[in-house]
Amino acid sequence: MKLSLKSKELGFWVAERFQMAQRSQMVQRFQMVQRFWVAQRLSAAIKDRVESSALAAEGRRRTQLRTLQALLLTAAVFLFVGAAPSPEARFHDLGHRMMCTCGCGQVLLECNHVGCQSSEKMRNQLQAALDKGDNDDLILQGFVQEYGPTVIAAPTATGFNRVAWIMPFLVLALGIAFAVHTVRSWKNRPVPALADGIAIPPGHALDEFRARARKETDL
Amino acid sequence: MLALGLSIYSFGAGLLSLFGRDAAHARLGETARRAGIATFIIVLLAAFILVAAAFNDDFSIAYIYHHSNRDLPVAYKFAVLWSGQEGSLLFWSLLLAGYGFVLRLRYKTDQRLFAYASVIIAAVQVFFLLILNFAAHPFALEQGMLPPDGAGLNPLLQYPEMVIHPPMLYLGYVGFTIPFAFALGALIMHYPGEKWIHITRRWTMVTWCFLTIGVFLGAHWAYAVLGWGGYWGWDPVENASLMPWLTGTAFLHSVMMQEKRGMLKVWNMALVFATFLLSMLGTFLTRSGVISSVHAFAQSSIGTWFIVFIAITTAVCVFFLVKNLPYLKSEHKLESLVSRESSFLFNNLLLLVVCFTILWGTFFPIISEWVQGHKVTVGPPFFNRVAVPVALLLLLLTAVGPLLAWRKTSIESLKRNFLFPAIGSVAVGLMMVLFGVKPWEDPSYFYAVMAAILSALVMFTVISEFVRGGRVIAGKSGQNIFAAMLHLCRRNTRRYGGYIVHFGVALVIIGILGTPFNKEVEKEMAYGDKINIGPYTLVCQSYTQDDNPNYANEWAIINVFRGGKQVTTMYPERRFYKASGQPQTLPRIYPSFRQDLFLVTDLYLVYEGKNDTTGRPIIKAHLNPLVPWIWIGLIIMVFGTVVALVPSTVPVPVTLAVPVRTEAHAGAGD
Repeated sequence: MKLSLKSKELGFWVAERFQMAQRSQMVQRFQMVQRFWVAQRLSAAIKDRVESSALAAEGRRRTQLRTLQALLLTAAVFLFVGAAPSPEARFHDLGHRMMCTCGCGQVLLECNHVGCQSSEKMRNQLQAALDKGDNDDLILQGFVQEYGPTVIAAPTATGFNRVAWIMPFLVLALGIAFAVHTVRSWKNRPVPALADGIAIPPGHALDEFRARARKETDL
Repeated sequence: MLALGLSIYSFGAGLLSLFGRDAAHARLGETARRAGIATFIIVLLAAFILVAAAFNDDFSIAYIYHHSNRDLPVAYKFAVLWSGQEGSLLFWSLLLAGYGFVLRLRYKTDQRLFAYASVIIAAVQVFFLLILNFAAHPFALEQGMLPPDGAGLNPLLQYPEMVIHPPMLYLGYVGFTIPFAFALGALIMHYPGEKWIHITRRWTMVTWCFLTIGVFLGAHWAYAVLGWGGYWGWDPVENASLMPWLTGTAFLHSVMMQEKRGMLKVWNMALVFATFLLSMLGTFLTRSGVISSVHAFAQSSIGTWFIVFIAITTAVCVFFLVKNLPYLKSEHKLESLVSRESSFLFNNLLLLVVCFTILWGTFFPIISEWVQGHKVTVGPPFFNRVAVPVALLLLLLTAVGPLLAWRKTSIESLKRNFLFPAIGSVAVGLMMVLFGVKPWEDPSYFYAVMAAILSALVMFTVISEFVRGGRVIAGKSGQNIFAAMLHLCRRNTRRYGGYIVHFGVALVIIGILGTPFNKEVEKEMAYGDKINIGPYTLVCQSYTQDDNPNYANEWAIINVFRGGKQVTTMYPERRFYKASGQPQTLPRIYPSFRQDLFLVTDLYLVYEGKNDTTGRPIIKAHLNPLVPWIWIGLIIMVFGTVVALVPSTVPVPVTLAVPVRTEAHAGAGD
């Protein structure tokens, strides 16, 4: 029971960690660290209880599992928890997740049209929202409400837009499956017949011939 | 109209001549060939007249009025030919006729196959001439009063590279018509063997080289003119040029499978067809305006013409491919999964997945509109997240592939050949971490470190292959190692030219991986004001303005200091073109080769505008590490392609096992 709770905790932690890696928000990072320590304390409590029970072997197994989980968590913390993003970094990040609406087709912070009214206004709006303390989602939602869904520079991970993200990886997976199947079918293909008088030596001898040919030409 | 008539004749008569082999049909075929040659002369004349009209400021021609003006510099008057829709379609038609002209002169190589290819080229030519005559006439007259001066050339196009970039790109786009024509011709006539591949190999490589130059010049133009500090924005039109490049690259690799092993015959046909169709799609995207793009130089309703043409061509290709599948069976068997054949297959797969991702991302806004009722933007964040990981896998294969032998690779030889490059590349990664790049801090840093490791791996494998081969030759001939490597390269130009291209690609990737480390600062500058960015201190010495008949301009004079010593002076500028009434920024770039060499960084200054209240310039400074390696990488890629085009001094014999259908093996199939 406790173990499954911890697994759930771990799953939740990892899922949230993934989102955080994309958004790089300082507050969420602190929450992650807090959760890590809670998980560590939880792990220690379970360990005490299990060690006192009669099922020592089962306990050892669980201890190993927990140790592994704790190690994973520690590694994850070291991997992902870095310096908290500054307001400038958030401005830079959010400004690169939105498009300028002047028709230039460029990312908001990269529109350099001389005297562009749209990007100037949008940058000021973004700065104001950051100063107000809004989180990233709220800021993006505000922009979508004002400028429409095309203001976001990439499809969101919601509804039909998910298809945009899934398709390339689906094609890659299908392509790999097809390529593996093709290579296997080539390998299983019967040896083609050769012209009369040409004999292929058996496997080992053929390898030796090849090695010799490569050594002699070596090119 | 005359050219259209001639090309229709060339197509019709050529097609009829293919139905018979007697003297009458041969004479008909000869007239078709000559009509094709005449088409080239007429289209060349038309293009010459249009350029002459630009030089004579003949604004009674609407095209000249809209794309030129009296004070336009001479070089850009040549560029008028491809700066607008009608002119660029005429230019396309001219290039196609030019390619066809060369092909028709060399028809004796293989008269029958060349006749088929010639007919297919004539069909494509007819399409373009139909558009020119009925949808986008370059010689249409300006209505109403004769204007005293033209509306001027788009300021974005008034840059030296713009005189070269479109012709290169078009030579690439149009050039793929030739391998397409030969492939389709060979398929229709059940051409035996792989001779059509040998015939088209050089055409394909030259075309690929032009397309590569075109794509990179476009990127350099974006970097040096658009002034946003980047070189690739995943704009639909940029994507359109990259897609045929990717399939063309896949074809250049997979074609070796067919030449050396008789495999992937259907696949190669499909790749040639896809490359040609993607070239057409590129033109369609550029010219139709169906997808919003920064390349809004010319948009009109000719999209329908292209859709119809692409649909018909696709149908023809699919029909003949399916009909002739039995003629495209592979003969050979693979002995090991770890072999060059497998690496080529996966290389093709990854190139095509990147191509699909770009195609998918480019068209997803339209799909979204159909499904959800509203468009979404598919911009750089999407392509960077999806295409970059696949591109890294591709880079890994670029490194490993050349080390794998045909048929079968022993683990020992792989270890022997791979050890030095692997150690070297891991050392590069460790050095990056030691110098403060923390891949765990940000996904972009992670990708940068991985890209550095894999690029180093590619470069070390190329170097080790040259050194290994050079040592063998040096050992046998007594030459020094460098002379031996040159000798080695001359003996198999195709292989070692290919390696040089791979080296160039690795350098390009190194240039790109600097992106996450870019810095930028923007400031309004008074006299003596400073900007500190990276190792540089920028001091505003002055700002001023000027005027000439073509444009008015204002610029700042910025002294650049490094370590307390002045290294250069830069003049970021903004122009206001009088004829078109459009402003344009001109960034200035200072690459730090003298100070950094390997870690060369571009200092990139943009004159953003002027504060109307204070009258002071607003300067934006970018620091873009490693970018110059992209352009050096391109030069090396082009050099490698040229090496691969040079015939080898000693012919490399290729032995193919010839399948013989005996009774004993008849049931085994192939």
